Amino acid sequence: MIPSLPRPLWLRASTACYVGAFLVFLFLPLIVVTVFAFNDAPYPAPPWRGFTLDWFTGNASKERVGLFQDAQLLGSIGTSCLVAAWVTLLSVLIGTANAFLLERGRFPGKQALSVLMLAPLVIPGVILGISILAFASRIAEFADDAFGWDLDFLRPGLPLVVLGQFSYVATIATLTISARLRRFDGTLEEAALNLGATRAAVFRTILLPYLRPALVGSSAISFLMSFADFNTTLMLVGADSPLTVMMYGRMREGATPTLNAVSLFLMVASGLLALTLIRRAPRRPSVAA
Amino acid sequence: MPESAAPRWHARFMLGLLLAPALLWLGALIVAPHLDLAVLSLRERVGPRQYAASLAQYRTFFADPLYWHVFVRTAWMSVVATLLTLLLAFPIAWVIAKLARGRAGSLLFIVCLIPFWVSETVRTLGWMILLRESGVLPGLLVRLGITDMPVELLYHDATILVGLVYTSLLFMVVPLISSLESLDNSLIEAAYDLGAGGFTILRSIVIPHAAPGITAGCIVVFMLTLGNYLTPTLLGGKNSEWFTEQIYNQFIVRFNWEQGAAFGFLLLGLSTAMVMAGLRLTGQRFGDVMRRT
Repeated sequence: MIPSLPRPLWLRASTACYVGAFLVFLFLPLIVVTVFAFNDAPYPAPPWRGFTLDWFTGNASKERVGLFQDAQLLGSIGTSCLVAAWVTLLSVLIGTANAFLLERGRFPGKQALSVLMLAPLVIPGVILGISILAFASRIAEFADDAFGWDLDFLRPGLPLVVLGQFSYVATIATLTISARLRRFDGTLEEAALNLGATRAAVFRTILLPYLRPALVGSSAISFLMSFADFNTTLMLVGADSPLTVMMYGRMREGATPTLNAVSLFLMVASGLLALTLIRRAPRRPSVAA
Repeated sequence: MPESAAPRWHARFMLGLLLAPALLWLGALIVAPHLDLAVLSLRERVGPRQYAASLAQYRTFFADPLYWHVFVRTAWMSVVATLLTLLLAFPIAWVIAKLARGRAGSLLFIVCLIPFWVSETVRTLGWMILLRESGVLPGLLVRLGITDMPVELLYHDATILVGLVYTSLLFMVVPLISSLESLDNSLIEAAYDLGAGGFTILRSIVIPHAAPGITAGCIVVFMLTLGNYLTPTLLGGKNSEWFTEQIYNQFIVRFNWEQGAAFGFLLLGLSTAMVMAGLRLTGQRFGDVMRRT
C-alpha cells in the first residue's frame, strides 16, 4: 500500500510491471508514428525497408511528396498557427479582464456569471460548433434579406473557427489567470498606492509582473488547445483547413508517411513548448508531495 | 480596499469596462447561439423558406430506431470507457501520489503528461498504424504464431474503447492524484495496525477520501468521450455509430439543420444529466469540480 507498511514481494513486482506496461501503452502509438516517418515504403506499415528522409524532403520527381514540398500541408500548418495566434490573443485578453472581474469586482449576479463562465467546458465541442455555425448563418441571412449586406465573415471560414475555439479556450484562460490573481498579496498594492503610485503604475509595475507566469502559461495552453482542436473546428471550417482537419481528411483516405513526418514535427514542437514551460515553473504545486 | 479610494463613478466605469467583454463573450458565443439552436430544433420546414413550430424533429428521433440505437450505444460505450479509464488510471495515480519518492513522483507525472501535449490526431494515427490489418500488432501476432493470418484489429468496438480510454487518461489521472495526495498516510497505517486488509483499507478509507477526485475525473472523461468525434470515426470506421457523427451528418452533409439542432440538444441533455447525477451522487458543487481539473 504505502512505503511505511510492509509490502510483499509479489505486490512490489506487480506494481513495477504495471507501471512498465502503462508507459508502453502510453508511448507505443507515438513511437510507431515516429519510426514509420523514416521507413522507405509507400505506406506507414511494416516491414522495415530501410531508412529514408523522403517523407520530409522528397519531391514530385521521386514520386514521393515529402512534408517540406507539400504545399497543402504546409499551408494548413500556417492556417493553424494564424488561428491559434488569434485565439490566444483574444483568450488571454478576455481571461485577464474576467480574472479582475471575478476576483475584484462586486456586483449582483456575480455567482451566476462565474458559473456561466464554466459552461463552455461542459458543452461538447461539436455542439458549440453547430450552435455558432447556425447562429452566425442566420444573422448573415437576416442582414442579407433586410439590408442587402453581405457579411462574409459569418459564413463558415477562419473567422468563425477563431470564434468557435475562443468560446471555450477563454474559460481555461480565465481559470488560470484568476487562480493566480486570487493568491496576490493585496498589501503590496496598498503600499504602492500609499506611496503615491497611480493605479496605472500599480497595474504596470506590480500586478502585471506578478501575473506574468499565468499569462505565459495560459498563452501556451490556449495556443496548444487551439492548434489541437478538432470538434469545434470541423463544424465551422470553410475552404482553408487547419492542420487537424487536413490530417483527418487524409487519414480517412489512407495516408502516406508524410503524415507521420508532420506528426513528428508536431511532437517536437509541442515537446519543446512543454519543456520550456516546465523549466519556467519547475513543479506543479499540486504534485508536491 | 483600494476601490474605496477611487470615486464611485470611476469604480462603476471600471466595473462596466470589465463586465462588457465577459458579457459579449458569453452572450454572443454561448447563450444566444444555444437559444437560437433551441428555436431551430423546435420548428419544421413546411414549404420553401416557410417554417412552423413543431416537435417533429424530436418525434423523428424517438420514432426511428436507428437514431435511438446510436444514441443509447454512444451513452453506453461512454460509460464503459469512463469506468475502464478509472480502473487503469487509479493504480498509476496511486503510484505517483503515494509510492514514488521525491523527484521520481513528479518525473513520472511529467512523463505521463507528455503524450497529451500531442494532438489527438497524431495519437489516433499511431493507433491506426499499430492496429490495421497490415499494421504492427497483427504482424506481430502472426510472427508469434498466435494467428495464421493477419487479423484486422481496427473497426471493432474494442478498438474504439482503447482509443477513447487512451485519450481520456490524463483527465482522470490529474484529479485522482490531487485527491490522493491529500490523504493522510497515518490513517492507512492506523487501519493496518488495527488489522484491516488491503481491500478493506481501499473500500473504507481510500475510496471515500478520493471520491471528489473520482467524480471529477469521471464527469470530465464521460463528457469528453460522449462528445468525441475523431477517435470513434477513425478507429471505428463505418461501424463507429457515434452520435456526434449523426449530428455532423444532419448538419453538414444533409444540410438538415432542424434535425441536427434537435440531435445536438439531445446530446447536450444527456451530457448535462450525467454531470448533474454525478454531482448529486457525491454532493459536490459544479464550480469546485471544474476547478479541480
